[in-house]
Amino acid sequence: MATALTRKDFVSDQEVRWCPGCGDYAILSQVQKVMPEFGIPRENIVFISGIGCSSRFPYYMNTYGFHTIHGRAPAVATGLKVTRPDLDVWVVTGDGDGLSIGGNHLIHALRRNVDLNILLFNNRIYGLTKGQYSPTSEVGKVTKSTPAGSVDFPFNPITLALGASATYVARTVDVEQKHLGDMLKRTHAHRGAAFLEILQNCNIFNDGAFNDLSDKAIKADHQLVLEHGKPLIFGKNRDQGVRMNGQRAEVVALGNGVTADDLVVHDETNLALAFMLANFEAPLPTPIGVFYATSRPTFDGAINQQLQDARAKQGPGDLAALLKRGDTWSVG
Amino acid sequence: MALPPEAAGHAAESSGLGGGGSAAKPGLRRDSVVIRFAGDSGDGMQLAGMQFTAESAMAGNDIATLPDFPAEIRAPAGTLAGVSGFQLNFSSREVFTAGDEPNVLVAMNPAALKANLDDLPPNGVLIVDREAFSEANLKRAGYAKNPLTDHSLDKYQLFQIDVSKLTNNALHSTGLNNRAVFRCRNLFVLGMLSWLFQRPVASTERWLEGRFKKTPELLNANLLALKAGYNYGETTEMFASSYEVGPARIVPGLYRNITGNSATALGFVAAAVKSGRPLFLGSYPITPASDVLHDLAGFKNFPVYTFQAEDEIAGVTAAIGAAFGGAIAITTTSGPGMNLKAEAVGLAVKTELPLVIADIQRAGPSTGMPTKPEQADLLTAMYGRHGESPIPVIAASTPADCFDCAYEAVRIAVTYMTPVILLTDGQLANGSEPWLLPDPDKLAPIKVELATDPNGFMPYMRDRETLARPWAVPGTPGLEHRIGGLSTEDVTGNISYSPANNELMVRTRARKVAGIARDIPPTSIYGDANGGDLVVLGWGSTYGSLREAVTQMRDKGKGVSHIHLRYLNPLPSDLGAQLRKFKKVMIAEMNMGQLLKLVRADYLIDAIGCNKIQGRPFKVSELTNRITRALEG
Repeated sequence: MATALTRKDFVSDQEVRWCPGCGDYAILSQVQKVMPEFGIPRENIVFISGIGCSSRFPYYMNTYGFHTIHGRAPAVATGLKVTRPDLDVWVVTGDGDGLSIGGNHLIHALRRNVDLNILLFNNRIYGLTKGQYSPTSEVGKVTKSTPAGSVDFPFNPITLALGASATYVARTVDVEQKHLGDMLKRTHAHRGAAFLEILQNCNIFNDGAFNDLSDKAIKADHQLVLEHGKPLIFGKNRDQGVRMNGQRAEVVALGNGVTADDLVVHDETNLALAFMLANFEAPLPTPIGVFYATSRPTFDGAINQQLQDARAKQGPGDLAALLKRGDTWSVG
Repeated sequence: MALPPEAAGHAAESSGLGGGGSAAKPGLRRDSVVIRFAGDSGDGMQLAGMQFTAESAMAGNDIATLPDFPAEIRAPAGTLAGVSGFQLNFSSREVFTAGDEPNVLVAMNPAALKANLDDLPPNGVLIVDREAFSEANLKRAGYAKNPLTDHSLDKYQLFQIDVSKLTNNALHSTGLNNRAVFRCRNLFVLGMLSWLFQRPVASTERWLEGRFKKTPELLNANLLALKAGYNYGETTEMFASSYEVGPARIVPGLYRNITGNSATALGFVAAAVKSGRPLFLGSYPITPASDVLHDLAGFKNFPVYTFQAEDEIAGVTAAIGAAFGGAIAITTTSGPGMNLKAEAVGLAVKTELPLVIADIQRAGPSTGMPTKPEQADLLTAMYGRHGESPIPVIAASTPADCFDCAYEAVRIAVTYMTPVILLTDGQLANGSEPWLLPDPDKLAPIKVELATDPNGFMPYMRDRETLARPWAVPGTPGLEHRIGGLSTEDVTGNISYSPANNELMVRTRARKVAGIARDIPPTSIYGDANGGDLVVLGWGSTYGSLREAVTQMRDKGKGVSHIHLRYLNPLPSDLGAQLRKFKKVMIAEMNMGQLLKLVRADYLIDAIGCNKIQGRPFKVSELTNRITRALEG
């Protein structure tokens, strides 16, 4: 490794133009902070985004960056990663960009398992277009485009990613800096399409959307931090847990004969458990952390393997021979 | 030896084969012959036609082909909707088109007869599979009476052959089921026609050996059917004579037969090799473009990356990602896909990344006639984007020319750092012709210099001559930078909403594309270089018909010339001056007059339109009639 980089090395010379108080600042700061730990030279890192507030992200990273068009970042990133497997490619997207206009590209990047780090900033609102409901907004949401309340049933980004056969699915919160940093590192360490939903506050158009997970006074009672091999325990005093009652999960108070041994133990490799956790609704807590992680050959790896195999078998491309392939005949 | 009764048919007095003479005379030589194979889409007529083409090419003929197949893969058997045709013109002279009308029509069933008979001139040779004219098939084709027996075909030289029965007999020993035997009928017909026109069948045998390598029983059956057909022609004397079409006097060299789509694929590979970069194709299957994807998927060792994307948009955006990473990036599509890709192409314009968008045009609008050619995407290529987004546009004129144009499209894209649109169409894509193989060492150089020097690097610092910005790919130390769709400042590439800067950038990109005119050859005129009565201006796949029509007019002493454009944006800088040398300018296109609009707008020349929107190429006779009228008018 060359000279160690620092956070500052990843700060570009561009003025950050998100609204003051936006959750995106915290995410940017944490990404810049963890980047040096990967030991990857800046020139080998690429941030690719679509359109939306979150998609301005690449301009602020002193790496290679590409601010593309609405929803298409996963496809652009796929073309880049396939032809340049040497690069460390990040996709930054939002709930509108990644789940609405770009939903198709996101699910296909996930099922193909392209080796990308995908950060989906979910603020449950369209910010850049000034406050319409998004595909993650809750039913009944009153916005400029839904004065009588939204009648759209929302996507759950985690179940969507699981359903798209993603090999790594995780969730964190913008203000949980330590957890966010840990998740960024885990996400980066995963080989394949790593999907990280970051719950992010839009203080202008959807302020407090995730209060129950970010408000210090109450969050411990709503947030369930997933850890592989550990029982599902939460609460300010870590006195609540999740156990199975038949085939359904329920919250249970620890004590009175109920111990950690009675609780569900998190297993990142259990897809059924991941789906169940992702569908938790109150009074069950909201899980954050790694829902699911498995290993599967990457798309870019497999394509490049085919190219290598072809080269090994046929030798390097010979243009003159290729042109002459098939039946030829001579005149004169 | 007496002709077998079924062969007597209703032989006419003169032959339909190239005019003059009788079919009964032995050793007949012909300058050129046009054959159309027609049958159900499951009858293997495309295959028979392509193999006959390969045999003719090997025999040294000049050839041109026109496949014509339905969009339905297997329309209900025996119906008009399911008729598939393949026409080829093979000649001892230079040929430009697949021929207006066939001299020989092979109709494998009543529907094929009904769909194609109008094109067969009187005395034309008509070969039918008699057994296929069953009551049920006649009904499916809408015949009230059997045309083979009601004398309605008296004006043709009708040969009724029991193809099914003869194939069955030949394959009796193979033990294959009826269905498999039935599927060998096309090889019987091919064998028969190969004898009739003295084609060597070696290339077909080789092809079959490759195709059925893993199914020796099918290989054997197909070879038996081919041989049986050939022997049938020879021994029955049904045709009394075979025909000879001598080799054409064509430019010496090594040739192969090539379709437009294959030539397009090879042109891209050649360009990637010459530029020393990997090739990336992002594409979504669409008729008639998919064969480019299929071909390129087989060239992995070059290296060629092919990505069958989830949709048209992902096809082009993945290509843009690959271009950002330093690959020769291509996307292939047809009309509807052009619209889906349009926004992304705008991004490539704005970020000034090299990219080739190949539009294999088909008849529209909407799904239209997916297997039929049209030239109605010209204005889409020119203007079908948001904002001011000029793009170089080039169009191939023949199947082999697709190679040169694909190559040239890449050369322009990387030299000028711009997306380029390559227009071909369904006729070029599936049509074929002999291709004089280029010497790879003599192809125009494609110079790619990736930026490496961080000293003074700016993402939008332009080359003085080409106005191209540097191609600075990720992985290059010290050149870390960000690009994107937002308006950006000249030189630095930083986001900028400055009104004056925006206009500067828009005008600079337009100037860059316009400047390519300095890098393309001047207008070439076939005919009267100093002007004359009329010039026919065309572009794309109409080349063959236009050249043939103009040649015929000139043979009659008319002052008619032909200009065929490869570069549609920018147009050659001398085009306006050249057109003005002629009293009349006629623009022939398979659309409602799109080049016509451009020529009128650019040069204020009141050109005459000659337009056809039938999903079929111009017939030479249609063009000569229209030219004659224009000369008189």
